[in-house]
Amino acid sequence: MARNRLTNFVSSVYAVLIFGFIFLPVIMLVLFSFQDGRLPVSPFNGFSLQWYEAVFADRKLMSALLHSFLVATISSLVACLLGFFAAYGLARFKLPGSALQRGLLIAPMTVSYLIIALGLLSVLNVLGIGLSLWTVGIGHVVINLPLCFAIIYSSMGDQHINIERAARDLGASDIKVMALVTAPMLLPSLLASFFLSMTFSWDEFIIAFLLSRFDVTLPVEIWSLLRSGLNPKTNAIGSLVFLVSVVLLIVLELFLFGRTKKS
Amino acid sequence: MTAPVSIENATKTFASFTALDNVSLNINAGEFIVLLGPSGCGKTTLLSILGGFLQPTKGRILIGGKEMTGVPPAKRPTTTMFQDYALFPHMKLKDNVGFGLRMRGIGKPEREQRAKVFLDLVGLKASADKKPHELSGGQRQRVALARALAVDPDVLLLDEPLGALDLKLRRQMQDELKAIQKRVGTTFVHVTHDQEEAMAIADRIVVMNQGKIEDFGPPSEIYMRPRSLFAAGFMGEVNFIEGTIRDVDGTQAIVETALGKVALPKSCFTAGMPCIGQATTLCIRPEHFRRAGEGNGPATALGQATVSGSAFFGTHYRCHLTPTGAPQMRIVAHMPQSAAVMEGQAVMLAVNVGDIVALPPKQA
Amino acid sequence: MAHVSLEVAERRKAWSFVAPALVWTFVFFVAPFLFMAAMSLWEQQGGGIVRVWKLNNYIAFFEKDALFRGLTNSLEITAIVTVFSILLAYPLAWIIAERVPQKYQRTALILAILPFWTSYVVRSYSWLLVLSRNGVINQALLNLGVISEPLELASNRTATVIGFVHFFVMLLTLTIYANLVQLSPNYRRAAADLGANAFQTFWHVILPLTMPGIMTGAFLTFVLCIGDYVTPQILGGNNELVLPQIIMLQLGRRADFPMAAALSIILMLVVTAAYIACARWLKIERT
Repeated sequence: MARNRLTNFVSSVYAVLIFGFIFLPVIMLVLFSFQDGRLPVSPFNGFSLQWYEAVFADRKLMSALLHSFLVATISSLVACLLGFFAAYGLARFKLPGSALQRGLLIAPMTVSYLIIALGLLSVLNVLGIGLSLWTVGIGHVVINLPLCFAIIYSSMGDQHINIERAARDLGASDIKVMALVTAPMLLPSLLASFFLSMTFSWDEFIIAFLLSRFDVTLPVEIWSLLRSGLNPKTNAIGSLVFLVSVVLLIVLELFLFGRTKKS
Repeated sequence: MTAPVSIENATKTFASFTALDNVSLNINAGEFIVLLGPSGCGKTTLLSILGGFLQPTKGRILIGGKEMTGVPPAKRPTTTMFQDYALFPHMKLKDNVGFGLRMRGIGKPEREQRAKVFLDLVGLKASADKKPHELSGGQRQRVALARALAVDPDVLLLDEPLGALDLKLRRQMQDELKAIQKRVGTTFVHVTHDQEEAMAIADRIVVMNQGKIEDFGPPSEIYMRPRSLFAAGFMGEVNFIEGTIRDVDGTQAIVETALGKVALPKSCFTAGMPCIGQATTLCIRPEHFRRAGEGNGPATALGQATVSGSAFFGTHYRCHLTPTGAPQMRIVAHMPQSAAVMEGQAVMLAVNVGDIVALPPKQA
Repeated sequence: MAHVSLEVAERRKAWSFVAPALVWTFVFFVAPFLFMAAMSLWEQQGGGIVRVWKLNNYIAFFEKDALFRGLTNSLEITAIVTVFSILLAYPLAWIIAERVPQKYQRTALILAILPFWTSYVVRSYSWLLVLSRNGVINQALLNLGVISEPLELASNRTATVIGFVHFFVMLLTLTIYANLVQLSPNYRRAAADLGANAFQTFWHVILPLTMPGIMTGAFLTFVLCIGDYVTPQILGGNNELVLPQIIMLQLGRRADFPMAAALSIILMLVVTAAYIACARWLKIERT
């Protein structure tokens, strides 16, 4: 019993310390985004919203935000669609060398983003194609396609085959089966891979950095901000991104949690 | 080795739910006891309490005469065979079986030697260097048994160990368990919901329902002379016939039922002596019904009945009968293999009163 | 006749489903990668790239200390980060799985990995804030009187390690927790039943059974850490550059694509070696 109390005490102390370690930078980030002063470090002078105002007034930052959203949405949609079709083809039909094909589709997950970016950059240079948000989007599809494929493929169980057969039996064409039967059945994994891709694309730096020129995404713009030294404006935009993500997470938790409870 | 087990007034409550309600039980050393009952009857709770994984809310546990109520599993002279075997997947069989010995500080050569002895006991000596995932379900179960016995416990607790096996394998393991228990002499406490299994292996059966003990005794006793309606119904098919006690004298009681008047010897009343005017329920098993005029021994006529359905079960016909005198009643009776049973047939029912058990009716 | 063409039609249909993804992967992943591999054998001369087809870049890697150091720095930092992250994450995963009541475990886990959702760049930057001369740690130490001058905590290898460990502790907590939680509670009961105390149960049973979770997390940590440019660039302070930083340097001023390509191939080989080692370990574990 005494030993139990000791381990409980030690566990609590450890938990507090490590949660402290984990949250320390985030707390500093958010706290000093409200800094009434020029430096996002001690002392904390007072509460001010000026840096948030500065963020919203910063044209480049705001357009970078929009760019991030566009790139994330479009590249995730493309990755999901390509992944869904490929998963459908490989799961429902017998193709020669399917194991090889699956391996190829998943391969980019094992390669560092830096290398993927460099490869694309070299090719684009040689072909004389300019860098833009489109090239960033292409890079993001490359990194997210394996993920979408893997998630959707693993969720296409055999139990769905008979349902699709029944639909075909009743006269539906392939496209109709896919759109009206398969896709709705796979909705959870389709949504999961879409949102995961959005998350990865939204936060991705190195590919966006190397493959963009004038129009950039948010992480790249924040990187430029960093060049000018410690600045509470960076805190403000960082806190905003964090806040939005957390709110989304809470919403998803409540929504998904509510769903699983009902089913 | 072996030891007797004594459970005194054990109660276990979880928030609002009472899993065990004032259960008392005495188990002799070297007995093979089976805790039998439906899901939620408290048998697994009782086993967990014996093993030390749960503490009773009230009551005491004594093993070998010593107080064991607050003692943790590591310090008790019991070992448990878990339902999913819980073999350590990363260890070879000999290390699994030798684990308990290692915890007791026994050196490697000796414990490997002992582990091999116990693996031999369950017929798996040749597989000593294999890992659990290389074995079949039945083999894994034997290893779990060897591991539990290797530390020489006084009491072995088995938590529905045969549930995952197919019928043939289950029957085989039942025989083996019985044989091994006789060899090592350890007290076995075995939990199951299968009454056939209980009857096959138990020295004595404890029938449980809703946290209480309904009946306790050797298989034949419980089957032929159940002491509660639940036990009667759980051990096998039975017909419940309501009746009222009209007369009592020195040796017997007259009970009036919808099938007529029956004179029952006092020995039929397994749960308390009969009183005039009392309501009672007669329990008659399907195999005890006879057609009037057939079979040996004295028989009491129970009136005429019509066959409303029958199915051939190989060794007998299982028939549904509607008594003429009580058309709302349904009786299940077994007719012999040779009887040519036809639907609509009229049959004269009879029974040997010695086979009847009279029990107090269900409390409303 | 009709039967044969049906099969062919089926197959054609199947290919048309898979083709877009395959084509995309080939055009935008495989081809660039092959091109880069080829380019690693060329050379940057003057203003342009000459197709020399020699191993000069690779030889330069082994000869030039500045380049080779990049790999050793990467390996050292990654090793330290992996070890520390495991040591810090395991107890946290254990506490959440064992000490936190069931219904709060999910919340506790999400809390533990919440900072994942700050942007990666911003997360590293925030460590710069904490570790800088005016940052929280220096301020606290100064106020407590432990030091009289602010320490140089940022812009060195320690800061990089701290920044990395912060990230990977969260990742490893996730993988170890997932492993812990799917272990049958009967393993613990069986061990206790056979006489093991809490430490023995942990050492002989629980720890070996959580190896898959540890190894998965460790592998992910290795791959992500060794290929990362952001954290060392923000926190490392231009000393002891890691391989990704050196690769980026080749691109920056010198626009030496062939060298960058060669270094990238070397990075890939290191990651592949780690992957093979891990796969082999997993195979051994399975048998």
